[in-house]
Amino acid sequence: MKQSRRNFLKFAGLSAAGLCIAPTAVMASGAPGHGADYKVNANHLHAKRWAMVIDTRKLNTEEAIEALAETCHHIHNVPTIDSDQDIKWLWSGTYGEVFPEQENNFPSEAQEKHRFPLLCNHCEHPSCVRVCPTKATFVRPDGIVAMDYHRCIGCRYCMAACPYGSRSFNFMDPRPHLDMDNINKKFPTRMRGVVEKCNFCVERLAVGEMPACAEKSGGAIIFGDLQDPDSNVRKALRENFTIRRKPAAGTEPGVYYII
Amino acid sequence: MLEKAFKGGPKYWAWIGFLLLIIGAGFCTYLTQLQEGMTITGLNRDVSWGFYIAQFTYLVGLAASGVMIVLPYYFHHYKKFKGMVIMGEFMAIAAVVMCLGFIIVDIGQPQRMLNIIFHPTPNSVLFWDMIVLNGYLILNVVIGWTCLECDRQRVSHPKWVKPLVYTSIIWAFSIHTVTAFLYAGLPGRHYWLTAILAARFLASAFCSGPAILLLVVFLVRKITKYEPGKGAIGTLTTIITYAMCVNVFFFMLEIFTAFYSNMPGHIHSIAYLFAGSHGHHELVPWMWTAAIFAFISLALLIPPKLRYNQKLLPWSLAILVIATWIDKGLGLLIGGFTPNPFNEITVYWPTGKELMISMMVYALGALTLTFLYKIATDVKREIGQLTTED
Repeated sequence: MKQSRRNFLKFAGLSAAGLCIAPTAVMASGAPGHGADYKVNANHLHAKRWAMVIDTRKLNTEEAIEALAETCHHIHNVPTIDSDQDIKWLWSGTYGEVFPEQENNFPSEAQEKHRFPLLCNHCEHPSCVRVCPTKATFVRPDGIVAMDYHRCIGCRYCMAACPYGSRSFNFMDPRPHLDMDNINKKFPTRMRGVVEKCNFCVERLAVGEMPACAEKSGGAIIFGDLQDPDSNVRKALRENFTIRRKPAAGTEPGVYYII
Repeated sequence: MLEKAFKGGPKYWAWIGFLLLIIGAGFCTYLTQLQEGMTITGLNRDVSWGFYIAQFTYLVGLAASGVMIVLPYYFHHYKKFKGMVIMGEFMAIAAVVMCLGFIIVDIGQPQRMLNIIFHPTPNSVLFWDMIVLNGYLILNVVIGWTCLECDRQRVSHPKWVKPLVYTSIIWAFSIHTVTAFLYAGLPGRHYWLTAILAARFLASAFCSGPAILLLVVFLVRKITKYEPGKGAIGTLTTIITYAMCVNVFFFMLEIFTAFYSNMPGHIHSIAYLFAGSHGHHELVPWMWTAAIFAFISLALLIPPKLRYNQKLLPWSLAILVIATWIDKGLGLLIGGFTPNPFNEITVYWPTGKELMISMMVYALGALTLTFLYKIATDVKREIGQLTTED
């Protein structure tokens, strides 16, 4: 048959229409989509709003925080890069760095000496999520601000938006900066060109474990459900004076500090 | 009409060749960025946007500038701009091409760029910026090309162009407003967190954009005997002068708010830019050059005698362009990120590779502009409208 241009266009048009309709048709037919076979782990920890209370009376030295950071960075395959293009999930800072604009001109001796743990605040109104153009970063129903590393286009708008400097960008391929013989094979490594940050150990919550830093902190980091009045975090908040970072930013952080 | 871009003298081709050479060299550098990642830039954990995004921001102003000709021509029937309208529209096309180029080179995973379209996110200003920029590009291509083609055929412009022109006039304001919203909506970045940022962006666009446009037009006049007309140049210079006055005034408002309120966060960025902070003074000479040049340009533009002096004008405009470029193409971005959220200073300075890739995008814009202006001037010559009498 002689193919005329008209015939070709007809065929191309029908094919394109078919491609558009096919997924809807498959869904309408009630066929199981992908993901139907997955089962949620029976031990999965649930909460309406995960939150963290850090007792800085117990956890305030560079070494102690560094030890927690090491665990965190190891299980999440966070590379060690010795430059200002590095990646940080958990690290420490001075009072002035952690609570700028809440500084005193005559700080107490303890406050001057102490170091404070820093991590993603998993805000209730996260500005990073508000600005992300691809929904690569999003709030889960349990309040955790999560990242889809495969969705991220690396525009770094979230880094500009985060008032807490909690986000890191993979400026370079992170893998050469990892001890590849000693990585955690249960957690992915990242590629260059995407943003990453602390994830409140969602992968551990999913199998019934507490976040690694909370588990390792010897009680200095309390993790639990903020919406549950009987939870350990609510108990800690009831019994102690706590502050959060940069309240003026209006993001409602989920990390509280007992000073 | 397109064929006119491919006919030219040896000088024309030498210029095209030169631009292609820069584009080629820049592209090779860009390949290393694709290979190694953004680590080849001077960007870091704290200053996560830099030279690329700053150039994008500055060039959005250039794109918006065409409206300073189109608006008086269509809204106020200011006929003296007739010869320049197409120049403004074609400049907008080249500027948006550069804007999009700078965004693409700034993305860490450019092959996933279309995720913005596959997963449209109306709560992100970047999504709207994509809409307004591409919309403005299409509007100007359609309007500019149709009108020029009609002029060439010696027929009147089709009726459907008018509504598009009016849309494009409003749209021009939107592109710079939305770009300002990229910055102005972020908590914790005091230098950007100001309601007047969009207004500042527009003021700076309406002085720097037409200034660059006029400088290019002067160059075109030398090369092709194209004559936009004294009246048009005079009016546009007056517009530039007013816009620059407003631009400087708006910046002073920022200074007042920051220093009279004595809010540390608001002072800190400005202090870092103009006086240095924590022992870092990288931008101080630049910012003072910008400030001084801004006032020199005003001194050369406000007195009518100096403003209408054709010999002096290119210099006044060049000084103005330098002042606004430092303010927006360097200071705005770095000042926004410095100090960082921990009240510390992390120094950012573009690397050679970053500059080389930026040159590629600029050369790409120059190439687009050369082709478009070549077509426009050839058509104008053909229909005998290369010079405007007045």
